[in-house]
Amino acid sequence: MTGPGSGTGPGAAPVEVDRPTGDTDVRPDRPWLVIVWNDPINLMSYVTYVFQKLFGYSKEKASRLMLDVHHKGRAVVTSGPRERAELDVFRLHEHGLWATMEQTS
Amino acid sequence: MARHRFRRDRQGRFRVGLQGPEQQLLSMLPRQVQELLEQDDPSTARVFPVAYTDDAQAEADYREMMGAQLLHQHQRSLDTLSSTAGAATIDESEIHEWLDALEVLRLVLGTQLDVSEGATTVEDTDPRATQFTVYHYLSMLQEEIVDALAAALPDAGTARSDSA
Repeated sequence: MTGPGSGTGPGAAPVEVDRPTGDTDVRPDRPWLVIVWNDPINLMSYVTYVFQKLFGYSKEKASRLMLDVHHKGRAVVTSGPRERAELDVFRLHEHGLWATMEQTS
Repeated sequence: MARHRFRRDRQGRFRVGLQGPEQQLLSMLPRQVQELLEQDDPSTARVFPVAYTDDAQAEADYREMMGAQLLHQHQRSLDTLSSTAGAATIDESEIHEWLDALEVLRLVLGTQLDVSEGATTVEDTDPRATQFTVYHYLSMLQEEIVDALAAALPDAGTARSDSA
């Protein structure tokens, strides 16, 4: 899944630079994943509705994510820069869902 | 009992078809949960989920920044449910607050009952039987509000770019 995050677009020209070898991680910000976890209280229909309402997902996509949460225990519902991930987590928390965020490795 | 307790009318308001005892319950229960929230009772823990599981400082910052806002929003929703439980109609923002309040009530009650998946009923003689009945009633109400609101959602996803 990708979002309208920061970073260079596909049209950006590659830039030749002398990279320090084996030094620090020079990759741009690694995206953050927003994860919703299964819990025994939230209703399946409610979780689907929240995904549709917050992220504008189709009913089909929202239902699929909800079923992932239900059967696999968790699902990544959005990803992107840290600030946006944190806002998404907060909006999910506002709706009582058990959401966490973690950076991709 | 009447089905379809929430019907959108032509003015965009929602007609509420609740019986007297339902109205009394929905007026009383939010006030009890308000007290638990104010006391930071352990049964309210699920109302404030953890955002960062492996970074205590980030979690503390998140809680500091967002915790009060989360609490106030839920308190407002509980106030609205309690004060409009007897209303014949509620408006769009009120029905969203009802949905939120029902969510909070279910999270707290579900935590108190230690609800687990596939095990949400008890014997009639169990001292928690009444609480379970209330919990299931709140679930049904929430489901009906979701039905009423989901009908108005655009089905085709219009939002974020998504390559999944």
